[in-house]
Amino acid sequence: MKLTLKIWRQKNNKAKGELKTYPIDGIEGDMSFLEMLDVLNEGLINKGEEPVVFDHDCREGICGSCSLQINGEPHGPDRLVTTCQLHMRMFNDGDTIVIEPFRAKAFPVIKDLVVDRSAFDRIQQAGGYISVNTSGNTIDANTIPVNKHDADESFNAATCIGCGACVAACKNASAMLFTSAKVSQFALLPQGRIEATERVLNMVAQMDKEGFGNCSNTGACEIECPKGISLENIARMNREYLSASLKG
Amino acid sequence: MSVLDSKIPKGPLADKWTKHKNDINLVNPANKRNIDIIVVGTGLAGGSAAATLAELGYNVKTFCYQDSPRRAHSIAAQGGINAAKNYQGDGDSNYRLFYDTIKGGDYRSREANVYRLAEVSANIIDQCVAQGVPFAREYGGFLDNRSFGGVLVSRTFYAKGQTGQQLLLGAYSAMNRQINRGKITPYNRHEMLDLVIIDGKARGIIARDLVSGEIERHSAHAVVIASGGYGNVFYLSTNAMGSNVTASWKIHKRGAYFANPCYTQIHPTCIPVSGDHQSKLTLMSESLRNDGRIWVPKKKEDAEAIRHGKKKPNDLSAEERDYYLERRYPSFGNLVPRDVASRAAKERCDAGFGVNKTGQAVFLDFASAIERYGKEQAAIHGNHNPSKEEITKLGKQVIENKYGNLFQMYEKIVDENPYETPMMIYPAVHYTMGGIWVDYNLQSTIPGCYVTGEANFSDHGANRLGASALMQGLADGYFVLPYTIGDYLAQDIKTGKIPTDTKEFDEAEKNVRDLLEKLINNKGTHSVDHFHKKLGHIMWNKCGMARNAEGLKEAMTEIRALREEFWRDVKVPGGMNELNSELEKATRVADFLELGELFAKDALNRNESAGGHFREEYQTEEGEALRDDENFMYVAAWEYTGDPGNEVLHKEELEYENIEVKSRSYK
Repeated sequence: MKLTLKIWRQKNNKAKGELKTYPIDGIEGDMSFLEMLDVLNEGLINKGEEPVVFDHDCREGICGSCSLQINGEPHGPDRLVTTCQLHMRMFNDGDTIVIEPFRAKAFPVIKDLVVDRSAFDRIQQAGGYISVNTSGNTIDANTIPVNKHDADESFNAATCIGCGACVAACKNASAMLFTSAKVSQFALLPQGRIEATERVLNMVAQMDKEGFGNCSNTGACEIECPKGISLENIARMNREYLSASLKG
Repeated sequence: MSVLDSKIPKGPLADKWTKHKNDINLVNPANKRNIDIIVVGTGLAGGSAAATLAELGYNVKTFCYQDSPRRAHSIAAQGGINAAKNYQGDGDSNYRLFYDTIKGGDYRSREANVYRLAEVSANIIDQCVAQGVPFAREYGGFLDNRSFGGVLVSRTFYAKGQTGQQLLLGAYSAMNRQINRGKITPYNRHEMLDLVIIDGKARGIIARDLVSGEIERHSAHAVVIASGGYGNVFYLSTNAMGSNVTASWKIHKRGAYFANPCYTQIHPTCIPVSGDHQSKLTLMSESLRNDGRIWVPKKKEDAEAIRHGKKKPNDLSAEERDYYLERRYPSFGNLVPRDVASRAAKERCDAGFGVNKTGQAVFLDFASAIERYGKEQAAIHGNHNPSKEEITKLGKQVIENKYGNLFQMYEKIVDENPYETPMMIYPAVHYTMGGIWVDYNLQSTIPGCYVTGEANFSDHGANRLGASALMQGLADGYFVLPYTIGDYLAQDIKTGKIPTDTKEFDEAEKNVRDLLEKLINNKGTHSVDHFHKKLGHIMWNKCGMARNAEGLKEAMTEIRALREEFWRDVKVPGGMNELNSELEKATRVADFLELGELFAKDALNRNESAGGHFREEYQTEEGEALRDDENFMYVAAWEYTGDPGNEVLHKEELEYENIEVKSRSYK
């Protein structure tokens, strides 16, 4: 396959970025999108140019590092995959592919395609946990039975990989899907109910402080989420927030 | 006596850990506030240790190269975590988990460590459930279990195919709680590049801020290395792209012995290599062997026809298939341990029965399981005369519930639907049992430098059983290290803050700067990946699933030559004071190029076959691994002396007082 890549290049956080064009040849359908970028970078290094920097690590869709906006869509045209699992067979010979970083005020660009997603960590730090000591002096696991449906729903919410595609997909750059996934995971478990009130208030407050936008229910986040995190989580978080606010 | 003192407590096996905890020194809460600990790596072992140490009151700094602790490669563990809960009432116990692990490791691990691991395993599950880890449950609301290789009980707890993710997010949430309290300071996008030793004790590290490129000094009263394994020395592995040996290798060069580097786990069920562009390999969880049957065609003609696309796997009847694991190992069948399953796959492929284009793959087939589950579900739903279509539909639903994400991953990569046609799999490098030598307290040969999780060598011997890595990482971090490190730190309550403006920090920082400048200024002609791929090629061909003396000697020479070429000819674009991913890769590959030679040396030294280490010269007539207990029942701990090819061997003899050492059979 022969392709034309238009890639966002930006020296650092302060510099102004721009799209640069790179023609590339010899791309096979079995390559992943990142392996295609490896080929590009190997060529750039050999020519004495600086390679394109992008975040990536596990390359099996679970670490949440990779974060490219491909032809305007987070993680590209395929569904339920991260960029590292997107394969070149989704593209055709002669295509032009535009590759940008995830765009959001709360995700400043560090370099080229790498963005700073530490706002997500800070939202988790505000309350994304159950306050139990980890020294092991708890009760036997089976003394906390959990309704299977709730346990499965909790698991589904917990599969969020924190990649930020939801934010990048949203016209308001809202982090509601991300935040609500963690709120839901715990809200659905008896162990998590105890701190539910403080958790939702603190996490939402931090989310707002980080500069993420509001949710206007367009559902783009759910469509682009590589893990299929459901919009129902946002509805659940809204209910939790309302009842917490009334209590508070 | 050897210079290696394992510090195994005296007394009966089952009482050692309790007695040890009662005997060791404690640090009082007020004094803990004056003690700093550095934790390098935030996976299961590092994240859990950091959270627990901070909760105890120590001041903790964590370091990870990823942009968030949540992305450490423990996240990718799929199948599950073992614990001797005996919830299934199938005869499990601490002793049985201990026994299975020692036997699984081919009698090359320490009894006392493994028993402790089994002893604390049940507590891990309690802890994780309390933290809100959403394990799989049965309809009654209780926890579900599944089976893994090398055992005859169901003791594996799981969260679909994402158990590592859920456990890591649990440890990350415990870390977040402590970050919020100000007890952990996280240094993300930071890489440790040297250890600082003052008066013989580990007192800090030199780290590079990977965004600004700044070289930083960090002091502490103890340093914990939890930076994972070194599988990426093979270039292609199931490890993350950034997984590296650098932190371990730097402490090794500062005096920590490296144990059993040749013990590498080649996992039997990975997606086969598709081409030269391949950057990494993807695991298909061992849990799939609960329901998948492994086979190749009985006749070579059929294998060839399948390779050329002239026949489809489903065209072959049951009689035309060779379910070689069930044939060779009737009592464990498809659930033999990983080393055994990998070698058996290689044997069939080498003999010409492999099935994908390259001939390097075998089938993992779910058709029988789909039929079995389908019938079961039909009966549960009151349909006692179901059609074939109904059975298949119901059966597929069960399989999807159990392994949905793995099947989806397979389909995205291979572009074939594994519900309809068998998966193709082949062994790939997955885990490293070897690592930094530690004593019972998880302390390396450098006082104050502790090593946990995959980075140490301690619990898995020559082969790790499935679902035991998660168990070990969390056991070390939540339940072992927080006790044992206190014993050491009790002597530091009056030390006060360690200054960083000392000659030892100067020297270590200069060391790091020199290394980075050398790489940047080298201006050679080949990229880092070029050398890494070449190294991987040597390792896979000569230090892979089957090794022999001649090949290992060649490997040592070739790796040495490649290392020299690397330093002459590597090209690292960009500068030091910026985000420079090529520079990061270069520092890591430079260390792999040294480790690789020691790896081959260790494999050459070990004139026996044990677990993941298979020397072609040492096998039974049936092709099984042949140990030499008389001469090799020891841990090979290597001391760095300036050259990886000339390291000095120290032996820790292994003693088995509670278990009868037998030849390992799964037949």
